[in-house]
Amino acid sequence: MSINTEMNVRVAAIDQVAEKVKRFRFERVDGSPLPVFSGGAHIVVAMRDGDILRRNPYSLMSSPHDQTAYEISVLRVEQSRGGSAFMHEHVKLGDQLTISQPVNLFPHDVRGRKHIFMAGGIGITPFIAMMDQLHRDGSQFELHYAVRDRNHGAYWRELSERYGNHRIKIYVDAEKLFIPTEAILSNQVLGTHLYVCGPSGMIDAVLGKATSLGWPKQNLHSERFLAPPPGHVFKAELKRSNKTITVGTHQSILEAVEAAGVDAPYLCRGGACGQCETSVLACDGTIEHHDIYLEPEDKISGKKIMICVSRVKGQAISLDL
Amino acid sequence: MLVQGIKSRPVYTGLDIDPNARRHLFALEGAGVEALLDQVKAVGSDFLKSSDILCVGQLPNVAAEDMWSAPTIPVLLNRLRVNLINAKMGTRLYLSGTEGFIGQTMKVALDQGIDFNSIRTEHRGSTARRVQCVHCKGITESVKTSPFQCSHCGLNLLVRDHYSRRLAAFQGVCIDAEEPGTAPPPVEMFP
Amino acid sequence: MNIKFKQETFRGDFTYRNSPDNIKRFPFPFHEDKYMYAVNMEPHVPAGPKGYAFEHMIDVDEHYVSEMRDRALVLKEDPLRCQALPHMMAAQWDTLELLMEQQAAGYPEHFSLTKNSDQWHWINRPLGIDQKFTFGDPSTLPYEPMEYITRQAQGDFCIVDQRDGNLWMDAGMVTTQADWSLDFDIGMNFMEWHGPVPLAHQMGVFDRALKFLLNLQQGKPVRRLNWTMTINPRLDTSPENYHKWGTDRMTVTPENVGEKVHLRCELQSLWRLPRSNAMLFVIRCYLLKMDELVTVPKWARRFHRVLRDLPTELADYKGLTRFRPTTVEWLSKYDDGAATSSGIFPE
Repeated sequence: MSINTEMNVRVAAIDQVAEKVKRFRFERVDGSPLPVFSGGAHIVVAMRDGDILRRNPYSLMSSPHDQTAYEISVLRVEQSRGGSAFMHEHVKLGDQLTISQPVNLFPHDVRGRKHIFMAGGIGITPFIAMMDQLHRDGSQFELHYAVRDRNHGAYWRELSERYGNHRIKIYVDAEKLFIPTEAILSNQVLGTHLYVCGPSGMIDAVLGKATSLGWPKQNLHSERFLAPPPGHVFKAELKRSNKTITVGTHQSILEAVEAAGVDAPYLCRGGACGQCETSVLACDGTIEHHDIYLEPEDKISGKKIMICVSRVKGQAISLDL
Repeated sequence: MLVQGIKSRPVYTGLDIDPNARRHLFALEGAGVEALLDQVKAVGSDFLKSSDILCVGQLPNVAAEDMWSAPTIPVLLNRLRVNLINAKMGTRLYLSGTEGFIGQTMKVALDQGIDFNSIRTEHRGSTARRVQCVHCKGITESVKTSPFQCSHCGLNLLVRDHYSRRLAAFQGVCIDAEEPGTAPPPVEMFP
Repeated sequence: MNIKFKQETFRGDFTYRNSPDNIKRFPFPFHEDKYMYAVNMEPHVPAGPKGYAFEHMIDVDEHYVSEMRDRALVLKEDPLRCQALPHMMAAQWDTLELLMEQQAAGYPEHFSLTKNSDQWHWINRPLGIDQKFTFGDPSTLPYEPMEYITRQAQGDFCIVDQRDGNLWMDAGMVTTQADWSLDFDIGMNFMEWHGPVPLAHQMGVFDRALKFLLNLQQGKPVRRLNWTMTINPRLDTSPENYHKWGTDRMTVTPENVGEKVHLRCELQSLWRLPRSNAMLFVIRCYLLKMDELVTVPKWARRFHRVLRDLPTELADYKGLTRFRPTTVEWLSKYDDGAATSSGIFPE
């Protein structure tokens, strides 16, 4: 028996907070309070786009203890697979959507003596909720936030006003201001934790720098926004369900499985949490592993696949689903 | 109660110098000095230029930037605590000596919010154990046999492999609780 | 339904008994005629006949008042049974909220919780408590939040923090444990605190369980049953007091099995906590003496077979070795060899 804990919400506000960034506010349709959550948590928003059911994860950015509404921010991506475009162009005030319970795959380490956040662009969103929580708890933190230009950057003004310029540092690409990672990381007290969220290149650069400065991996945390990459069309046999489905160019295996009415477990839909790990029974082609969850030897073995982001280059795959 | 091969038994993987660390902080006791000297042999003495060495007893014959000899373990623990409060990220902590010493120094580090997985440890010297009596909570140092008599409450204790980082001690449990007076004779197990 | 709370003891004269209705709601831990470790977790949702231990998500039964009195006695002797590391305060509040809400939802005639923003009002009628406090402000309660509420809830409670791909036992109230010490184990990770359990590590049981638990979701608690056996209805079978209760195991004779030997079942429910992202392990202990167990023929047959065929390592670990043969012999009188139906509920 599985319990359906999804929640029906109504769009209570939509704000254009920066170029290409909209903030959505959700209230529960039945008026009951939303669950409290922990900073860094995300929800999965289900959108009915014609025949297609899209499910996209978004970080919660509202105050974690505020049970009246949840807020998320959505960046309009140029090469959108449909989710961000749908949110930007089709979702209107008063519309109803279905959201999951909050899931936190990017929590802060509660033992930390100090917390340093580094955000690039829309990667700011989880930190807004985390800072709210740390501020209430009286914990030490600072934010270093890189934006392309002042119009594209969301929330930097509000955050500076709320927490002060001593804690909130803004770096604007267009003004040739960049995060001085080495200087920031060189003199932090032992027991400090670093959190990075933004484009993959930025995360790799910051974590690489921190490691070269002697930061142990236990003190480094990051969250990547991995969208399922497009690829060739292939067939997937779902052995236990006795079905064969086609996975489209802009569709993940998980999305194709759901479209066929088969239930598969998931949490992050971004290749990080491990929940959708599926056994591969046979594969005619090679698996393109895009996740950051499986161990290298598991990827080489070809026996496991994370169906939320990984796909097949070839004809078909047979899955234990 | 008589279970062997317990998974909380600590694993000491060696002092391997972290080439990325900006500073190296060593806390050594007795034969633990040898672990440091072995590192000098293995990777050269460059790391000593950015090293602080705290040592119970005789200092090693090396030229580190900062060296200090403590008369006893508690004195060293106190100095280590202050060092860690003032230390910066990029400092790597290295502990070597008996298990009881490693456990106690690690406890100081944990209290400063340092993750134990980032601490490098190497066991040198006696394998004698620091054991907490689960009944009276008293700690007995340098336990070489199992069972042994608790130095506080006098019960005959089996030394389990179950280890608490927070107490820096193994667990001692009464061996003849079910049938008092039937404790087997002590066997030297931790020389 | 109004529960009639009993006055009884779990030490000294051991007056603990189950009423006939309470026997029927005992969470019998064996779904088949044999036992081995498994990652036997299922969604924690209402199940079983009306009034069963799975009816409400935090179970309260006729022993509530007496169990709370026994807990207070244990804590008076040894306050180290309740400890929380400093970083667990948010998780303590999460725990208080969960237990108050669940008890009030399951038993409105006995408990009530009124929230007005952060001004809360808690009424516990069986224990005669009426408390107004500010949620989030520990100075408005007589104890820290976890201790406050777990002095008013049956079962042991462990709060585990999740970090670095593991679970860390960083807080707990443990007074009815099957032979493990919170004071010793606090701060350990999932593998370490399960260290003493034989066989299961090699079977990969803990690796699979950990992987499953790390993704436990808010709003979707899970449960599993665990078991051991206890001589006399003693809740506090702690290692701390092992030298005091260990001799009980020598006192079993063919004449007193029915009265002295108890099946001890743990109903463990595991909950993701919202504010802290920590996890609450509720370990609720139920005791059933052999005389009571054999009033359910299916359970008598099945438990005889389970105990008879249990691997020696497990019997040693659970501390059954000294009284197992006598108990198996006694139970054999109630096993006619007939087939038993699958599942845990009485036939």
